[in-house]
Amino acid sequence: MIEIFHFEFMRNAFLAGIILSIVLAVVSFFVVLKRYSFIGVGVAHSAFGGVALGSLIGISPTLTALGFAVIVSNAIGYVGRRERLSTDTAIGIFFALAMALGVIFIGLSDKYNTDLFGYLFGNILAITYTDIVVVGVLGTIVLLACYFFFKELLFVAFDSEVAFVSGMPVVFLDHFFLTLLAFAVVISIKIVGIVLVSALLVIPGAAASQVTDRYVPMIAISIGVALISTIGGLVISYYADLASGATIVTFASLIFFIMVGVGKLRKR
Amino acid sequence: MNNQAAGSGNPVIAELNDVWVGYNGKWVLKSIFLDCRAGEILGIVGPNGAGKSTLLKVILGLIRPDRGSVSLFGKKPGKAARLEAGYLPQISNAERSFPVTALDVVMMGIYSRIGLFSRPGRKEKEIAFDMLSMVNMAEHAGKPFGVLSGGQQQRINIARALCSNPRLLVLDEPSTGVDSVAQEDFYLLLAKLRDEKGLSVIMVSHDIGVITSHADRVACLNIEVHYHGEPDLCISDEVMEKVFGKDLKIMVHDSKCVTCHMRHEEV
Repeated sequence: MIEIFHFEFMRNAFLAGIILSIVLAVVSFFVVLKRYSFIGVGVAHSAFGGVALGSLIGISPTLTALGFAVIVSNAIGYVGRRERLSTDTAIGIFFALAMALGVIFIGLSDKYNTDLFGYLFGNILAITYTDIVVVGVLGTIVLLACYFFFKELLFVAFDSEVAFVSGMPVVFLDHFFLTLLAFAVVISIKIVGIVLVSALLVIPGAAASQVTDRYVPMIAISIGVALISTIGGLVISYYADLASGATIVTFASLIFFIMVGVGKLRKR
Repeated sequence: MNNQAAGSGNPVIAELNDVWVGYNGKWVLKSIFLDCRAGEILGIVGPNGAGKSTLLKVILGLIRPDRGSVSLFGKKPGKAARLEAGYLPQISNAERSFPVTALDVVMMGIYSRIGLFSRPGRKEKEIAFDMLSMVNMAEHAGKPFGVLSGGQQQRINIARALCSNPRLLVLDEPSTGVDSVAQEDFYLLLAKLRDEKGLSVIMVSHDIGVITSHADRVACLNIEVHYHGEPDLCISDEVMEKVFGKDLKIMVHDSKCVTCHMRHEEV
């Protein structure tokens, strides 16, 4: 067990993993309550376009991924609010558009890029010290925002029309949360990857909702599930020589099914 | 109640002026003129699809009309005006498993008042508890909202609407899922709030009996307003046919029921 920490990349991976687990767990609480799971999938995939653009023009792919994710999540929110299009449709369009742009950007860049696979499925070997700083800063922003706007976000998730009538800035809060969602996605890309990050935006909150009907325990359990999944997944992936993102998500899903069972027993 | 209906002669607090709303090329509200005075219960009655919920949403600024103007407390139904109103939406299939207690839901009504960055404290909890007792739900305060019955959830939602100490309560089908005894209690509560606090109420129902026996004035709505005035005159054959169609049979008879032959015999 100690041997794992001899490698700097593993120490980095654990540190980043712990921070992002807490961030994703808190965001996941709202994603599950707001039924935003598929928005999470769309936003995560849109980051691919950003990563490809970054490597094409030679700036940090994390930065361009952040730009793409923030724009796409807000665009989904904006279009979804119009009456003529459903959120579902908006996700389908923007998700595909960002991916398509990603493929075009890769085609335009003449250099052979090995990094892209790592962005799609996660590559803990690629986590640098700078990444940890980025994860720490963005993660702290998301957590503080969720803390300070908690009652507002909760009310809007519960009933946005009533929240609107009672004077809440519902539209602002929606875009605010979508932006936080984009942040959460971007900091998770290197560990779990674009394709799999949406699982961690759903599973912790969904698992917690099986065993409690109060929000404070739900957030606490959600964080617990995310931490166990990430740390457990990283350890297993290290010793079994498996892909880290896939192992984390598989482990998280396993915990989810156990929690469903526990929830069923509890209701008896 | 006195002979004079409550609220008559009071200033108008909500007014719709030639309001039109369309969906997909069809009008769901046509040329609506409507007003509600301070301290009155205005009942809006009409069949399903008459545009009742849409009308309430227009008053609250949730839907912007295609034509016409709306004023709420003399202003556009913007944030300032909305802060003075409490809203009870129609019972929806809202997430049954939302992880909040009845007390949490009631406290949401105060969230806007305590501002950003602060949390509800003891004072807010006390207000919420008072409101819960007012709707006879104090003993359910700690229960998860999702396990309550439809009627209990409605009462919790009303407590939430009352929490912000509104001057106007907007209720969409408030008696859905509430048994008749609890219904009676609920309308007594509304009348009490009207008399003691000068609260105005705009409520919508498809149930003519409920509206005519509890509202100070009524509006009969079926895309257009066919009648707007005292409840006694609402149930005329002509108005009822326009609003509900020819095949209407009035199943609930009460003291206000003009068309009822039993009543004519009594008189």
